[in-house]
Amino acid sequence: MKIHEYQAKELFKKYKISIPDGGIALTPDEAKKIACKIGDFPIVIKGQIHAGGRGKGEGIKLAKTMEEVESIAKRILGMLLITHQTGPEGKIVKKVLVEKSLKIEKELYLSIIPDRATAKIVIIASKAGGMDIEEVAAKQPEKIVKIEINPLLGIQPFHCRQAAFGLELPPSLTRQFTLTLINLYRFFVDYDCTLVEINPLAITADENIVALDAKINFDDNALFRHKDILEYRDLDEEDPLEVEASKFNLNYIKLNGNVGNMVNGAGLAMATMDLIKLYGAEPANFLDVGGTANAETVENGFRIILSDKNVKAGLINIFGGILRCDLLAKGVVQAANKAGIKIPVVIRMEGTNVEEGRRILSESGLNFTIASDLKEAAQKVTRLVK
Amino acid sequence: MSIFVDKNTRLLVQGITGKEGRFHTNKCIAYGTNVVAGVTPGKGGQKVDDVPVFNTIKEAMENTGANCSMIFVPAAFAVDAILEAVDAGVELIVAITEGIPVMDMIKVKNYMKNTKSCLIGPNCPGIITPGQCRVGIMPGHIHKQGGPIGVVSRSGTLTYEVVNQLSLHKIGQTTCIGIGGDPINGTNFIDCLDAFEKDPDTEGIVMVGEIGGSAEEEAVGFIKKHVTKKVVGFIAGLTAPPERRMGHGGAIISGSCGTAQAKVAAMKESGIYVCEDLGSFGKMCAEVF
Repeated sequence: MKIHEYQAKELFKKYKISIPDGGIALTPDEAKKIACKIGDFPIVIKGQIHAGGRGKGEGIKLAKTMEEVESIAKRILGMLLITHQTGPEGKIVKKVLVEKSLKIEKELYLSIIPDRATAKIVIIASKAGGMDIEEVAAKQPEKIVKIEINPLLGIQPFHCRQAAFGLELPPSLTRQFTLTLINLYRFFVDYDCTLVEINPLAITADENIVALDAKINFDDNALFRHKDILEYRDLDEEDPLEVEASKFNLNYIKLNGNVGNMVNGAGLAMATMDLIKLYGAEPANFLDVGGTANAETVENGFRIILSDKNVKAGLINIFGGILRCDLLAKGVVQAANKAGIKIPVVIRMEGTNVEEGRRILSESGLNFTIASDLKEAAQKVTRLVK
Repeated sequence: MSIFVDKNTRLLVQGITGKEGRFHTNKCIAYGTNVVAGVTPGKGGQKVDDVPVFNTIKEAMENTGANCSMIFVPAAFAVDAILEAVDAGVELIVAITEGIPVMDMIKVKNYMKNTKSCLIGPNCPGIITPGQCRVGIMPGHIHKQGGPIGVVSRSGTLTYEVVNQLSLHKIGQTTCIGIGGDPINGTNFIDCLDAFEKDPDTEGIVMVGEIGGSAEEEAVGFIKKHVTKKVVGFIAGLTAPPERRMGHGGAIISGSCGTAQAKVAAMKESGIYVCEDLGSFGKMCAEVF
């Protein structure tokens, strides 16, 4: 789960990681009030969406006067912000973060992630702050410090010294940096993060270490023990069909093609999407109905796929293991009868109770195309949309 | 022969009294697996389909000589279940449970480094040696016993698809292992490739990967140096969008890392046969093996 920058900064504040003075505004008036409270210019106004690249997309601006605070806030609030991470459809900005603009001496990069290959927690720090870290890694790898931490041991003073010396910090800043890093690590572990990133982490002219930006991703599997984080979920940032699917515990991701598909199991679902593409069409979605699906889940999944207006044909690919083919067939027939399907649907079933499933489909009187294997299914469905 | 499980496997089931645990225990017994015990705290002394239930793993092992455990405990308690099995000295632990937090698995993985236990999963379909022993939730009847192909995969149903096509083309399997779809798992591709390479009855290997992480690339590095048997590879997720978690916890492209394209390229470059049309997987294997 992702959260907004301003929410991440609220959490940082609780963990004694310094952030600039400021507040969140939903209207230009509120932005002015916050600016008044800060009482010093310039002031930076940052549009809040769940995507990077906001500055380049005109979503972050500097105001030198109160009039500018108002006019900039007015312009950013409600704007359609398009960045390299939002995709061409962009995101509407509904909130702006109004912050004091600090005098910066130096910009650093700091992040913590779990490393899949080594099963360690890794701190990544760089002198080249404010830049995309992948770009730094490719062009100036010598500017990156990587420190592996055994999670059973946790962060130690020597880890912090390694980072501080690696960043060539002046001795006067070592203590402050160490506290920031320890607090950030503590936060990462306490909240089951899969990423915390501060880019840039600024050293100000008056020698303070301040997080100018904040990006946090949480482990969805661990949200059950962080109820406070669930309150940060912003449904406006998610696709409405994906929100609907999540109510039924369905793994649905909307894509841009025209072949809707429903599959059991994530790997087979991805492979089915790939196959649709290989045979010359484009998948409209990813949908894994899971292993414990029943007729009702299948019905909901089917309804969600069909409510995507781009979908011209459907492909259902089920390898029955735990999920029985007869249950699936019942769900599909129920959904088709309730919603009325106007598009052709190809169904391929294999595995547990497959004969019973095929019988239910053929006796339903509905217009389904049955495919005996995966190849035939992909061929049939792509022919339908051409 | 086979790897990891066979006729001598003595299985205990953690979470045997739950709905899923009970259902699949039954299927395992029907397949011929020697299920010797179940563990559910507080239900010691009961029986589930003639299998004695114990309160702790230690007790179950002392009484039954179990050497392998299958875990159906819910995600919030699964790590405790894995650790109990490790601490009791269970040789092979197969965790079916989906949805275990990454941080929990990171701790388990580091703790297990100094133990003799081996973990398969979590978030996996389990492991089967056709005709001998099924530890997991896969449909047994799609497998064909007698080898000569070993199958290792990060997925569940995609593995069934691949195995089914192998069997339809009269290619049997020595052992099929699902190592799980989470970012941090126990046994990895390399452990399985190594075991298949050393197994005299395995003549070729099928490896099924997907987007996310670099496990496939690391496996390719290992294959180049240590595997003499033929390998057919398949990677799912060529059409997956970046920064989105595709169902599995570990199936995510982050930045430029973890793309299917890069994995396919790595496989091809090192001489692995890569199947790009899942619809023709069995046919291709019949040609290669």
